[in-house]
Amino acid sequence: METVILAVIEKLPGVTGYIYPNEYELHWGLLIVLYPYLTGLVAGAFILASLERVFNVKALMPVYRLSLLTALSFLIVAPLPLLAHLGHPERAFEMFLTPHTQSAMAMFGFVYAWYLMVVLLLEIWFDYRANIVTWSKEKKGLIKYIYKILSLGATDISEPAVRFDGKIGKIITIIGIPSAFLLHGYVGFIFGSVKANPWWSSVLIPIVFLFSAIVSGMAMMLLVYMVTTMFRWKQTNMKCVNKLAEFLLYAIIVDFSLELLDFIHRLYESEESINILSEMISNRLFISLIISQIVLGTLIPVISLVMGRFGRFPDEMRRMLYLVAGVLIQVGIFSTRWNIVIGGQLFSKSLRGLTVYKLELMGVEGVFMTMLLLLLPFLALLILTKILPPWNESETDIVLPLKT
Amino acid sequence: MDDQKTQMERREFLNTCARKLPEFIMLFAVVGGAEILSAQEEQKYDPSGHNYAMGIDIHKCIGCGRCADACKKENKVPIEPRYFRTWVERYIIPSAGETIVDSPDGGIDGFPEPDKGMDILRTFFVPKLCNHCASPPCVQVCPVGATFISRDGVVLVDEKYCVGCRYCIQACPYGARYLHPVKKVADKCTFCYHRITKGLRPACVEVCPTQARVFGEAGEQSSPLRRFLRFNDVTVLKPSLNTSPKVYYANADGEVR
Repeated sequence: METVILAVIEKLPGVTGYIYPNEYELHWGLLIVLYPYLTGLVAGAFILASLERVFNVKALMPVYRLSLLTALSFLIVAPLPLLAHLGHPERAFEMFLTPHTQSAMAMFGFVYAWYLMVVLLLEIWFDYRANIVTWSKEKKGLIKYIYKILSLGATDISEPAVRFDGKIGKIITIIGIPSAFLLHGYVGFIFGSVKANPWWSSVLIPIVFLFSAIVSGMAMMLLVYMVTTMFRWKQTNMKCVNKLAEFLLYAIIVDFSLELLDFIHRLYESEESINILSEMISNRLFISLIISQIVLGTLIPVISLVMGRFGRFPDEMRRMLYLVAGVLIQVGIFSTRWNIVIGGQLFSKSLRGLTVYKLELMGVEGVFMTMLLLLLPFLALLILTKILPPWNESETDIVLPLKT
Repeated sequence: MDDQKTQMERREFLNTCARKLPEFIMLFAVVGGAEILSAQEEQKYDPSGHNYAMGIDIHKCIGCGRCADACKKENKVPIEPRYFRTWVERYIIPSAGETIVDSPDGGIDGFPEPDKGMDILRTFFVPKLCNHCASPPCVQVCPVGATFISRDGVVLVDEKYCVGCRYCIQACPYGARYLHPVKKVADKCTFCYHRITKGLRPACVEVCPTQARVFGEAGEQSSPLRRFLRFNDVTVLKPSLNTSPKVYYANADGEVR
């Protein structure tokens, strides 16, 4: 019987060369691809919000609150793929109760908790407090009481009190920027610090993660803002989207340069692992790395953004170009996460062979589960925008086409 | 009448007790004695007095796979061919071209004949297992501390504590860990901890017909392992990763990774 099983598995299509016998099972699947993708969006959306708050980029005002709510929606969902992937999810809380302080993964729990509790929730609360108090007086029914609870009893909306809120909000944002850097840089560190894996083990990985996070978060906000504006039948604030596209373009150029640097550095150093990694790129990751990440996810969006931002086009055409760039960047960044997480497990640590990843449709680690987890943040965002509307009606009506 | 009956029952009870007394004494003596003995046994084993390690002589390994088989049986390792606490690799170095490595079913059922026409320069077998590193990356990354170094220098997994995140599997450079398909926790070689703490040798060492595997105390002057380390040029796997493995290989080729 054993021999029969062996004979069947030994001829697994796609496995080439020699891999250690325990390496036939890929340990981190689609859910772990999703997790850095989601946290990246959180960090990116928050950094975008902080551009308005700390660096006074007033053109981005229409997306400020929306970015905070988007960051929160994605942050709530981000731990779910991790939890679903554990062998014993019921023991997950042990990471907080008895953490192993030397473990990057254990400490991430605290970085996450800090970011959620101290940065994001507090900033949103201080930013909305005056509105919440007003709404708790104006609204009727159940929602009135929800606002009363949300105000936490702080009902003073006198001018000094509101000014105080603003000041505290700014301080939190200043703390929030390094925290957002930490949040996603740390996710990169979880991978980058695995010395056993030459594909992951790079000091650049946390930095690349960070910049790709900024890119994905900004692109997501561009999409969320344009789509929500469309569905609310409001005119898009072109000054805002142009500025957003401009920042996105700078971020994507920095991100791509870093990735290129990492690539060239590996190629030039040409360490022991270079042969198997080159084989992996050309045989296993060609579509997801070369086509999806670089061509579709980076080069076309860059062209699209340059044309949209600096070309002489009507606003509708610009919006179309931004939309294309936004969607393709999401595809590209998801591919980036895929290439890191899955790519890091496609070659054997014996550096003598390649394996394959079989995507499953159903099941906890399947495509459907992933799609559900991808939709969940948008549902959370929908609910959040109902409770805490981020729209500024007077501003969305103003059309300011930018002539360049 | 009732009173009399009670008195008779009491007398009867006391009589029975008196008759059975020697048996009771015997029973208590046996149970108590066993407890004292087992307590003494436990006291005898002091983990802090040990530092276990293993030596493997590649020249002696004949690739019979008995070690991998014994390990699976002794430790109830899942029988499917994709879970191993120890396995045997075969290296074929041809006169020209790439080295060929294989380990069908961990070497348990032997190895297929190499291609007839191949011009083979050298060939040898390499048994692999957890290296019980002194600086183990798996222990470093475990988020809850479920994997740890015991006081006797063995890297172990607490299966009642492991959350099954698989970070340790990713961190192990030697592919020595797997996720137990039923228990859903990380699993690996324990040097047969249940045996060595009783003074026995690990199952793989016990069954090896050529004594290619040597187990023992790394620190003791008179241990067989000490002798192995003294009379062989030894190396460890992937020394550049600075994991300080405690499985030492004698006569290992540079091709072994």
